[in-house]
Amino acid sequence: MNISPEKAVLTAENISKSFGNNHVLENVDLTVQSGELVCILGVSGGGKTTLFNILSGLMQPDAGKVFLRGEDITGKPGKISYMLQKDLLLPYRTVVDNVALPLLVRGEPKKQAREKAASYFEQFGLSGTEKKYPHMLSGGMRQRAALLRTYLASDGVALLDEPFSALDTITKSAMHEWYLDIMREIHLTTLFITHDMDEAVKLSDRICILAQKPGKIVTEIPVTEPRPRAHDFSLTPEFLAYKRKISENLIV
Amino acid sequence: MTKKLQSIISKLSPAITLAIVVLIWAAATGFDLVPSFMLPSPQSVFEAFVGDFPLLMQHAAVTLTEAFAGLLLGVVLAFVLATLMDRFNLLYKAFYPLLVITQTVPTIAVAPLLVLWQGFGMAPKITLVVITTFFPIAVSLLDGYRCADQDAINLLRSMGAGRMRIFRYIKLPSAVGSFFAGLKVSASYAVVGAVIAEWLGGFEGLGVYMTRVRKAYAFDKMFSVIIFITLISLLLMWGVTLLKKVCMPWEKKEKEKK
Repeated sequence: MNISPEKAVLTAENISKSFGNNHVLENVDLTVQSGELVCILGVSGGGKTTLFNILSGLMQPDAGKVFLRGEDITGKPGKISYMLQKDLLLPYRTVVDNVALPLLVRGEPKKQAREKAASYFEQFGLSGTEKKYPHMLSGGMRQRAALLRTYLASDGVALLDEPFSALDTITKSAMHEWYLDIMREIHLTTLFITHDMDEAVKLSDRICILAQKPGKIVTEIPVTEPRPRAHDFSLTPEFLAYKRKISENLIV
Repeated sequence: MTKKLQSIISKLSPAITLAIVVLIWAAATGFDLVPSFMLPSPQSVFEAFVGDFPLLMQHAAVTLTEAFAGLLLGVVLAFVLATLMDRFNLLYKAFYPLLVITQTVPTIAVAPLLVLWQGFGMAPKITLVVITTFFPIAVSLLDGYRCADQDAINLLRSMGAGRMRIFRYIKLPSAVGSFFAGLKVSASYAVVGAVIAEWLGGFEGLGVYMTRVRKAYAFDKMFSVIIFITLISLLLMWGVTLLKKVCMPWEKKEKEKK
């Protein structure tokens, strides 16, 4: 896939960050185009979350800049929606009130925010959970609710930090299918973190491999398999070829 | 069946223990094992309570007014102070030792000073209740604020929320549980605090009644007022538990699942 600067939604330029002598990120460049699903793949503790904290504006980089549709948003939170590693549904709010949170933060009146949030419940497979509390939901349902909240918080761009890592393999696989379907409907430009090669190949348009010490994007592997991808894509030789390519580049 | 029986027994066990204590008490006084001027019998305590009922209610109204006013002021003061201390670290450092000091100074020593400064009316009693009740609430609120999930705060920040919204959506609800834990302790202190303040000067209240019956060596009345104060305190604590259930509906549903 050719990267044309005109279509770029999110751009990170020369991002560097160190904690003491630990150079977590060094000159990381990254571009995400509109509607793209890009994955950052790397070992745990390799600076992926730090990169996301910087992109979301929660953390200032030592050097470099982040642009959203050409606007400099370095260190300015509230522009890009960010789903942290835990689902972080607040235990004291009902599911609908959890999902409506980004709307409330933006200053929408409570009733309107609730109605808007509730209107997405069917599409996200959450019907009937509106008045429940998060602990009453299964892991997969909680993840859907957290994704819906992330979507409502987003202005078209979302960062997902290992969104499916807490789920068991079977639920995870079902969530992947569901996620690919919903992605086509909502056109969300997404950058997500994973350490799971299968997940990366299955979901992404492009895989960026983040090397460790210093944290740097060493390779970008485009996944050209057309969408919608077949259910048995993960059993094809092409799938395996992608995985081989990743493993060759992952060994640092 | 046996399970049902077990659950009934476990529910009744505190009542059974209490009944046994009263029985032993009745036996000890009934068989003259203890002279009645030292330990009055349960019947005479009950009779003293019934006999003085209108008077007790009149005094209780005063004591309860003091306790409630003090508790309410204590809650407001604790909330404002704890919230400011959480927001400004300098205030935390400046006020925390002072908070602890207010707790280490014995109530009984402060009360006469308060009477000296504020007279024999309700003011010194309310002040004493404020001093004793606000500490547990302030400390538990501070604790609750500090235990708020940092990731949840980051989530709100990533949504573009400022301090006020983070406080409203994360910090405050995170602290509700510990606030009620503190309030429960404070509710039990409130009545006792008011009674102690009344001992040291005043014309009305259960503490004044207590001082009078003690001076008259009316130990049956003494016992009845002690039990009465205990009951009021228990009732207040139960009220707090009820209020907590109303304010934290998610807790109830969490338990149901288990």
